[in-house]
Amino acid sequence: MIELIAFYTFAFLTIASFMVVVTSKNALYSMSALASGMILISGLFFLLNADFLGVVQLIVYTGAVIALYAFAMIFFDTTKDIKESKSSKMIFLLSAFSSILLVLIMTMPMASGEVSALYPVHQGVGNAQDVGMVLFTKYLIPFEVAAVMLLVAMIGGIIMAGKKMDANINEMKEELEK
Amino acid sequence: MIAMEHYIILSTLLFAIGMYGVIIRKNLLMLFFATEIMLNAVNVALAAISNYYGDLTGQMFAFFIVAIAASEVAIGLGLLIIWFKRHGSIDLDTLKSMKG
Repeated sequence: MIELIAFYTFAFLTIASFMVVVTSKNALYSMSALASGMILISGLFFLLNADFLGVVQLIVYTGAVIALYAFAMIFFDTTKDIKESKSSKMIFLLSAFSSILLVLIMTMPMASGEVSALYPVHQGVGNAQDVGMVLFTKYLIPFEVAAVMLLVAMIGGIIMAGKKMDANINEMKEELEK
Repeated sequence: MIAMEHYIILSTLLFAIGMYGVIIRKNLLMLFFATEIMLNAVNVALAAISNYYGDLTGQMFAFFIVAIAASEVAIGLGLLIIWFKRHGSIDLDTLKSMKG
């Protein structure tokens, strides 16, 4: 019973905060709503017995990604309202259609009934321990590649954001016009 | 016990919200936010399937999606800052430099 209440609370709050993200005219409201939605999604992960994923969601998304967005907003003018393109019926239909397509793709293997656990969850072992065992035995190479990818992304981000940090915006425009 | 379909339906709704945001928004920062919503929606579906089949593979994929999202944000925001410094705007319309 408590699980049911928790699921519906998290589900409705997540949908509400993500609706605020896509409809709000103010970038700061949008970012705050995104942060709250991420935290609520980590609650769903805890309900699904994916404890480690929930913690990663909290640390990486609400910790790192939202902080990065907040830092990037220093550069942009976030006080003025954002203009939006006109929405039509077609857009609603397209987004609903693509979402249903994604669900069909993900549920098709289950419909065939030939799903068997490749790396089964061990009973009596914590989720973090289980994840660590699988990650460092079966997924070691993707893990290392992801580490290199994050390093490349970090260096790229530093170089791109830090380039001409002291330069004036107007000077850069003049340079572009030459 | 909640059925897996509930989580899948929730994931569909979240993905639809993200997709809607990607289509209607003109501001590039808002486009990034909508992309994050879509990535999170897929993560929910993967975690749900992982739980109900007792398989850890779904959680592994979710971890790699989180890693990819983090690097996407770092690179994307770097490019966005350069674009803003040069053009003074992060509107999608200013990106129309290659007119066909």
